[in-house]
Amino acid sequence: MASLDDLKKRIASVKSTQKITKAMKMVAAAKLRRAQESAEKGRPYSEKMNNIILNLSNGISDIENAPKLLSGTGDEKVHLCVVMTSDRGLCGGFNSNIIKKAKSYFAKILDEGKELKIITVGSKGNDQLKRVYGEKIVENISFKESKNANYFDADKVGKMVIERFEAGEFDVCTIFYNQFKNVITQIPQAQQIIPLNNEGEGNSSDESYEFEPDEDEILSNLLPKNISTQIFKAMLENSASEQGSRMSAMDNATRNAGEMVDKLTIEYNRSRQAAITKELIEIISGAESL
Amino acid sequence: MSEEFKVEIVNPEKSFLVKEDVSEVVVPAFEGEMGILKDHIPIISFLKPGIIKISSKSGYENYYVEDGIVEFKNNNLSILTSTIFNVADMDKSKQQDLLKQAEEEANKTEINDQSKYLADQKVEVLKTLN
Repeated sequence: MASLDDLKKRIASVKSTQKITKAMKMVAAAKLRRAQESAEKGRPYSEKMNNIILNLSNGISDIENAPKLLSGTGDEKVHLCVVMTSDRGLCGGFNSNIIKKAKSYFAKILDEGKELKIITVGSKGNDQLKRVYGEKIVENISFKESKNANYFDADKVGKMVIERFEAGEFDVCTIFYNQFKNVITQIPQAQQIIPLNNEGEGNSSDESYEFEPDEDEILSNLLPKNISTQIFKAMLENSASEQGSRMSAMDNATRNAGEMVDKLTIEYNRSRQAAITKELIEIISGAESL
Repeated sequence: MSEEFKVEIVNPEKSFLVKEDVSEVVVPAFEGEMGILKDHIPIISFLKPGIIKISSKSGYENYYVEDGIVEFKNNNLSILTSTIFNVADMDKSKQQDLLKQAEEEANKTEINDQSKYLADQKVEVLKTLN
């Protein structure tokens, strides 16, 4: 059994760890509220954008000549995956969940004999992927300096993706991120952004629009913006998820530390009592022998 | 009979402005300014740098935008834009900053005609504000 002194030290160290995790939990909770708010505020924009594009692409007359961002290159040999993770650790399964989702997708693509390219956003994803998929990673971006997800950063990523697309470097682009459902649940998502996946969510009307200038021009202007918007949405969802995940992870850690302190305290008290009892026995048996 | 419709301006970060009692909106559409009144036919267009003028019961409001998309449907006008400022809230230094940025952009040599045109537009609009 560990000595009394050792136990005392361990209790102290667990307690200080508990203080740290508690503080982190509080910070995450405060940040979560902000991140959640901005994620919710950002939703109307991407929804509206989606709607307009839906309406537009329904109205488009000439599918053959539709912009490539919408219809694709007609090939799907090279896949580009944008894996969006956080820059900081200690957030539970947040990053691992995205990576897991991404890895299973990678395996599927490679099995089909297609080519894979990866862009990682956020340093944690890069750390986890570079060992296995190191040579596939074409770019690694992280926005450590920016405090909150902002549109400017998303636009940068979007422009880069489009540049690569126009240079013919890939055919299909998918982004990976965590969708924020609530504090304990984040759902890793794979969303295809090039070519645009238009299935489902149809509240498109049959109404015909007047276009100025014509559809093609509007579309070719709108689609790149939509990509940045989708990436921005992913970033917002991700930052809310990250804080939520960190909060629940730290909450668990705090609770576990508390349990550990209780257990150690009981052990400490027991061994202290045992020591006292031993001393008493020694004194009594000493007195008896006289 | 009311001649009013709803306008909603959203930027990526948030819903910027929602107004229910708007009687006329003038937007700087790509092929010239376009005034929108109630019961306009559905239209989609995009914006060039310019001023959005909103007139409602409570008076006139002007907003400076650099880009965006407008959609009008069922007497709902949605404006999606990434850069928007209320002209009334813009002070001189903010205007100067934007102007400087735009001028720098316009003076770049390696940009293509379209972005050159857009940058020139920005400069022009910002100058008229001063």
